[in-house]
Amino acid sequence: MPKYEPILLKNMLQPGYTGSLAEYERAGGYQAIRKVLGKVSPADVTAVVMKSGLRGRGGAGFPTGVKWGFLPKDYQGPRYLCCNADESEPGTFKDRQLIERDPHQLLEGMLLACYAIGAASSYIYIRGEFVLGAKILEQAINEARAAGYVGKNIFGSNTTIDIWVHRGAGAYICGEETALLESLEGKRGLPRVKPPFPATHGLYNKPTVVNNVETLANLPHILNRGAEWFASIGSPPKSTGTRVFCVSGHVARPGNYEVPMGITFRELIYEQAGGMRSDKKLKAFIPGGASAPFLTPDHLDVKLDFESVALAGSMLGSGGVTVMEEGTDMVWAALRLMEFFYHESCGKCSPCREGSSWLVQIMRRIVNKRGQLADLETLTDLCKNIAGRTVCAFGDAEVSPILSTLKHWRHEYVAMIHAAEAANLIRPEPVGAKQ
Amino acid sequence: MLKETHKAEIDDILSRYPVKRSALLPLLYLAQREQGYITEAAMQEIAGLLKLTPPQVYETATFYTMLNLKPVGKFHLQVCKSLMCALVGSDTVIGWISAKLGIKPGETTPDRLFTLSIVECLAACGTGPMMQVNDDYYERLTEEKLDRILADLRQTGTCSLKTGPFMWPEPAPAKPGA
Ligand SMILES: Cc1cc2nc3c(=O)[nH]c(=O)nc-3n(C[C@H](O)[C@H](O)[C@H](O)COP(=O)(O)O)c2cc1C
Ligand code: FES
Repeated sequence: MPKYEPILLKNMLQPGYTGSLAEYERAGGYQAIRKVLGKVSPADVTAVVMKSGLRGRGGAGFPTGVKWGFLPKDYQGPRYLCCNADESEPGTFKDRQLIERDPHQLLEGMLLACYAIGAASSYIYIRGEFVLGAKILEQAINEARAAGYVGKNIFGSNTTIDIWVHRGAGAYICGEETALLESLEGKRGLPRVKPPFPATHGLYNKPTVVNNVETLANLPHILNRGAEWFASIGSPPKSTGTRVFCVSGHVARPGNYEVPMGITFRELIYEQAGGMRSDKKLKAFIPGGASAPFLTPDHLDVKLDFESVALAGSMLGSGGVTVMEEGTDMVWAALRLMEFFYHESCGKCSPCREGSSWLVQIMRRIVNKRGQLADLETLTDLCKNIAGRTVCAFGDAEVSPILSTLKHWRHEYVAMIHAAEAANLIRPEPVGAKQ
Repeated sequence: MLKETHKAEIDDILSRYPVKRSALLPLLYLAQREQGYITEAAMQEIAGLLKLTPPQVYETATFYTMLNLKPVGKFHLQVCKSLMCALVGSDTVIGWISAKLGIKPGETTPDRLFTLSIVECLAACGTGPMMQVNDDYYERLTEEKLDRILADLRQTGTCSLKTGPFMWPEPAPAKPGA
């Protein structure tokens, strides 16, 4: 028996569960939507979600019911729901499992969200590489459509809710909600300036909600079992429910673990994920995807909830926990992530476009033992001029690996630079816009 | 012309969106599926179908890394090198492939069978090192597995080591009598 009651992974943990419509219904699926459709008003559904304390699982942790509440009440035209299945934050691989193993749980969540916000059309924006996931979703939608659960007059009501799968094509930035909308409109995935927010000007300039896969998958359970039940799980009042944490790196059993928010990193890493893979000790971990600042063994007793991780100087983000053992070169690790951000910068904002290129070049020359001490000031200075100066949160994210490793492991940078000096290798390479 | 050969599919795609331009990525995918990459002629045709200018199509097509504007090999090996995979040996995997196929990242074998690319995180970080080959994921790679994958691809065009519906850790098998 698992130590904690799984909610989102419950069905798929049953041996042999395939995620078909019949099996999902046998496990109690599509009861929540039946219970509310035409019987509970959309406003009351939103109220339940608000009361449950559910916060977005995509990264920012915004309260879901509150987000829905921002949609204009009196607007008569179409509204849209977009499910964010872009899952591209390095270290994160939970949505893939939720989609491929229990697609109807997500579809029911989407029906509930559409009903609550009054959307008749919704799109699942799934990252292009998830070819299998897209196929599984298409099949599940076809099954649900044939059963009368998706499409016109669902469950014999007068409500119409359609769901379409839309594949991305390989761009991390399309996980950012306004870039996602641009991409869905057939354009380059460049984030929009906000305000206006998607709640009023979203897809095709219509009121729109963007929610993450895991956020939506929670909805059937909340409507079935009640807001109080959900709010009693985790660390209420601010971090309610479970999270599917994705553990990767140097642990014995990497993988997805669903636990109530509020357990410690120590428990997640040493009990759930089986501890370190060898007798090398833990040196560092990233608590919430590549965008979250690195933490140290001193932070192992921090609780996995939004507030505690923020207090420790990082963020719970996407729930991707990456563990690194003694011997891992932290400058190298920061460079790897910086290369990711450089590759994925969409190019819209100058600080991010130019800055990511400069950061990669400086980091490379430090790792190649061509650095000098002044580089550390330049890195810090550049980072400070990127964060907070871009249209979307990518700018804040991309500086986290460097700033946090400089904070905790500055001596490793300095050692590399001293090695360069000792070998008399310093031949500063000019830093320019292009590599 | 796609319009003649795939009319039903194109109509189905168009019916999903209230604004035509939204069909752009799906149609580019369709073109790529048919020809292996997206030709300029296909982009012009798609522009016509969606009432866009060719530069509007080109502007979108060039943004996305999965859209190939140049031909690639029959099997496109894409190895993830982001941090989580790198921690568990992705650079070694890239070295193996390079040595076995005699190509560097970005290159295609002379028989046009394999192209090797290095890519960023594919959401399989707990099961690295990993690669995607065309539509399929191959995870927890070892040198033995890699040899088998390359051999099977050559011989049969696919390999049974590809990942099915993903779950990790795998659910425990049902215990007899439990
Ligand atoms: C650069 C960037 C990338 C993002 N990538 C994702 C992603 O892959 N998946 C996701 O659900 N949210 C992602 N987000 C967060 C979304 O912008 C948005 O907050 C989220 O989809 C809202 O859903 P939620 O409230 O249910 O969490 C990203 C944000 C940024 C700034
Ligand atoms: S880091 Fe390789 S799949 Fe995520």
